[in-house]
Amino acid sequence: QVFSPFRRQDVLTVTPWLAPIVWEGTFDPKILDSAYRPLNLTIGVTAFAVGKYTRFVRRFLESAEQHFMRGYRVNYYIFTDSPGSVPPARLQPGRRLRTVPVRGSSGWQEISMRRMEAISRHVAEVSGREVHYLFCLDIDMVFHNPWGPETLGDMVAAIHPGYFAVPREQFPYERRSSSAAFIPQGEGDFYYGGAVFGGLVSKVYEFTKTCHMTILADKANGIMAAWQEESHLNRHFLNHKPSKLLSPEYIWDDRKPKPPEIRLIRFSTVDKNYKEIRN
Amino acid sequence: RQDVLVLTPWLAPIVWEGTFSRDILNAQYLQKNLVTGVVTFAVEKYWFFIEGFMTSANKYFLAGHQVNFYLFTDNPEKVSHLQMAPENHLFVIPVQNGSRWQDISRCRMRIISSHIQRHFQHEVDYLYSMDIDVQLLAHIGVEIIDALVATISSWQVTPQQESKAQGTRPEGDFHYTASFYGGSVAEVYKLTTACFGGLVEDREDGIDARGHHERHLNKYLLQHKPTRLLSPEYYWDTEL
Repeated sequence: QVFSPFRRQDVLTVTPWLAPIVWEGTFDPKILDSAYRPLNLTIGVTAFAVGKYTRFVRRFLESAEQHFMRGYRVNYYIFTDSPGSVPPARLQPGRRLRTVPVRGSSGWQEISMRRMEAISRHVAEVSGREVHYLFCLDIDMVFHNPWGPETLGDMVAAIHPGYFAVPREQFPYERRSSSAAFIPQGEGDFYYGGAVFGGLVSKVYEFTKTCHMTILADKANGIMAAWQEESHLNRHFLNHKPSKLLSPEYIWDDRKPKPPEIRLIRFSTVDKNYKEIRN
Repeated sequence: RQDVLVLTPWLAPIVWEGTFSRDILNAQYLQKNLVTGVVTFAVEKYWFFIEGFMTSANKYFLAGHQVNFYLFTDNPEKVSHLQMAPENHLFVIPVQNGSRWQDISRCRMRIISSHIQRHFQHEVDYLYSMDIDVQLLAHIGVEIIDALVATISSWQVTPQQESKAQGTRPEGDFHYTASFYGGSVAEVYKLTTACFGGLVEDREDGIDARGHHERHLNKYLLQHKPTRLLSPEYYWDTEL
């Protein structure tokens, strides 16, 4: 007698610590909307467009306007070293765009590592007072399908598309014990992607602040983690488990062939020439 | 668990044996230094159940964590010999006897609501209401701890009598038992206050609905979705 038309039996939909894993077919968007709309929430989005990455801003914003939290108040915070290159965007009512100046940098790894610091500082100074929930997304990506209130939670992480069907021994955790992001063999729940994380703005603040600290600790020891901040993110989520997980639908890589478990791609990478971008 | 539904359409987990790791959950619970309370009523002939309930709950309910048991009874002298685990506390709170049991049922919501306001909110983080006429047979642990938690009834939804709580039931929703529910002290306060309001209206209309307590609970939970559901494993009606 316990029945629901929303059910997936081909994938894991709840973690061992009882956090839901959001897949198409596990939720009813109407029920969630009717629960969340009346709360009059403002959702924030951070994205970093530094150096050559400013070319991705327009498509990111246009697709977000179509698919991201439709019907909700949204503040986009674009962190950039050239605010002039952020195109004026036509936004739906209740949605705003803010540029946040950051220093340009020598390499993409550097930029990647400083994001945590920049986000936590911005939350403390600005967005902490302006939004209820905050998502931190990569800019070189595009929304293809709805991203709604099913993604809201205290602390939200996304399962990396390259590793959701892979055994834990093969997760690219940082394996050097001298790093603060070290995760030994035999430990770990999932491999989370650095391109998507979020949650209550207070939780995102704690999270980014802590990651920034561990990144600094590594820097002091002259070590840089295998996948930069993604390694630190994974370490952090091992000790402080996310309260909700997003399936790879929310963090897809278009270069990968689509397996049957992925019914819908909501947010995925823009096809690009990595050599060109990262030099 | 492939054989059961583990997530509601609003993404609240449904707790079944085999869906969670109690070790991971215990570690999380301990990180936060929480205290949980249990409210139960033993009025008139229900004093008979006190010993069985308290002995089993003391052993199996959130074992190893601090639990405050709040026992409302009109027979306080029947509880004096109970032995509690060192981390648990028992508070016996006298209530008046002489009322019809339906009145007690109505009063329970009011009593819980008013006690939350008066002192529970300062004493516990989470609060659960349990019927006294049960014995726990296995561990009930921190997997039950969440903001608003209800237990799926092992009974099918029964045809309703008239009451303020009658309403249509959209597909995919659940029927919850009033015998075991709870959550954060703030959420339980809102729930009990709302339910008591509905019950007062019933009484003024002269309606004496069967299972009124449960119907009002279900109406509230239809509009305020639980954040976690407990499977019928957590409250199996012995009449079945």
